[in-house]
Amino acid sequence: MSALRPDLRIIADAIPAGVRALDIGCGDGALMAELRAEKRIDARGLEIDAAAIEAAMAQGLSVVQGDANRDLADYPDDAFDYAILSQTLQTTERPDRVVGELLRIAPRAFVSFPNFAHWRVRLSLLWTGRMPVTRLLPVAWYETPNIHHVTVRDFRELLREKGIRVEGAWYLSGDKPTSDAAASWRAEHAIFLIARG
Amino acid sequence: MASLLHQIQHQSVTIPAALPLDSGQSLPSVTIAWQSYGALDADKSNAVLICHALTGDQYVASDHPATGKPGWWARMVGPGKPIDTDRFHVICANVLGSCMGSSGPATPDAATGAPLGMAFPVITITDMVRAQAMLLDHLGIERLHAVIGGSMGGMQTLAWAASYPERLRSAVVIASAARHSAQNIAFHEVGRQAIMADPDWQGGQYYGSARAPTKGLAVARMAAHITYLSEEGLTEKFGRRLQARDIKSFGFDADFQIESYLRHQGLAFTDRFDANAYLYITRAMDYFDLAEPHDGRLAGAFANAKDVRFTLVSFDTDWLYPTAESRRIVQALHSVGAAASFVELSAPFGHDSFLLDVPALDRIMAGALGAGW
Repeated sequence: MSALRPDLRIIADAIPAGVRALDIGCGDGALMAELRAEKRIDARGLEIDAAAIEAAMAQGLSVVQGDANRDLADYPDDAFDYAILSQTLQTTERPDRVVGELLRIAPRAFVSFPNFAHWRVRLSLLWTGRMPVTRLLPVAWYETPNIHHVTVRDFRELLREKGIRVEGAWYLSGDKPTSDAAASWRAEHAIFLIARG
Repeated sequence: MASLLHQIQHQSVTIPAALPLDSGQSLPSVTIAWQSYGALDADKSNAVLICHALTGDQYVASDHPATGKPGWWARMVGPGKPIDTDRFHVICANVLGSCMGSSGPATPDAATGAPLGMAFPVITITDMVRAQAMLLDHLGIERLHAVIGGSMGGMQTLAWAASYPERLRSAVVIASAARHSAQNIAFHEVGRQAIMADPDWQGGQYYGSARAPTKGLAVARMAAHITYLSEEGLTEKFGRRLQARDIKSFGFDADFQIESYLRHQGLAFTDRFDANAYLYITRAMDYFDLAEPHDGRLAGAFANAKDVRFTLVSFDTDWLYPTAESRRIVQALHSVGAAASFVELSAPFGHDSFLLDVPALDRIMAGALGAGW
């Protein structure tokens, strides 16, 4: 349980107990299991990979096979209190629409993503002139699932355009928190708690 | 063989209460044959009901009394198995309309003592479930830990959640559907016509005679059996290989292995199944459409089932009840806010995958039953 990924740890700590939550791109259900054990949350999951779903279902977690690009439409308005989208936004076909769907399904959402403006990424691009391959983004451009790289500033701009409120923001450098002020270049990871405007 | 089949003694109970049917008719009393495995807790909270498929029976984990073969789900049910009889009291009842001891077309007419034959009323999946609920009432079991079923068993499981949502905690639906499609009905109609076209069928009153429609029933089984397998599986297992010969016969013998296999499957089936029961049960499946009483809205069927935990599994090579049908059910469950799990598993065996060695299914089953909270 303590091995929870740092961005998931932040979400697990920040979410109130007993709420209804949907974890989109839940993988093998690590966060859902933590929420069940620690927060009495009967979380639901959406995941595309059958092997990961099988692992989650083997633990008795409620995970449905589906695609965040298409299948969020199946959930009614306000079906949940919180939607969670961790490390998945940058893999979607239309991240702007997915964010809209999150806040249709739930009044609040946690969204975490790798920050493409981290200094390592900036330097790598500057020095080598090639798409960065870093610890957090370890896959070459032609095979990465991350088709919509996004930076902290890009995401904030999208929220502003859509009139979405930010209720919380956490930044990680390595596995350690980093300050708001330097987040744009020092954060490897960003976690936002967003809410309908 | 049908007469031999009906001489087998099964564990059964006759409940002297009327069973109202969807058709508007009713059965004055109902006999239900069942098997159980594992001990029932003192508080009767560990009962699991397994619903069997079209040609299945209550001998889920014990040898079949007619064929001597191991139970049809012996790999899934037993001590230490995914449906663990060290933990659960597992009940499986022969469905209404079938031929393994429960009320059906071979049941004697109360007045004349002669088998009812086609005078037995047409039944539905929901009627089958109603009869199972009567059995549970008789056994004093108020609430089930889970209802589990594959194929037609999955339809019963869905009907359980729709009819008695307060009586089950979990529903496990494997390789199934919430309605029969035109294609599903079409294949069943071929089977029924094969039976009724057999002169030995005799309008369904063959029980007392020396003749039974075994040829028609065998053809029905052959047609149906094709729908249980995948093209890939058939190609791998049989291809165009010839049966016990090097060259084609230029006749109508079973030249190909697949022909020989199907003929064997058809014939063997007639040793353990009654033709009229096949007519009645296929009809019940064809009539099945869980959304129909709710103006075509499937979510309506689950309106009171939001506290039931659903687990659905489909198989990528199952073209009889394809993944899209399971997804339709999941969508309906989402719209009522029920806890639902769904995954399409990859297995080469087509629809029959739910009965065969698919380790992922075992793990999912254990998870669906185990980690309740």
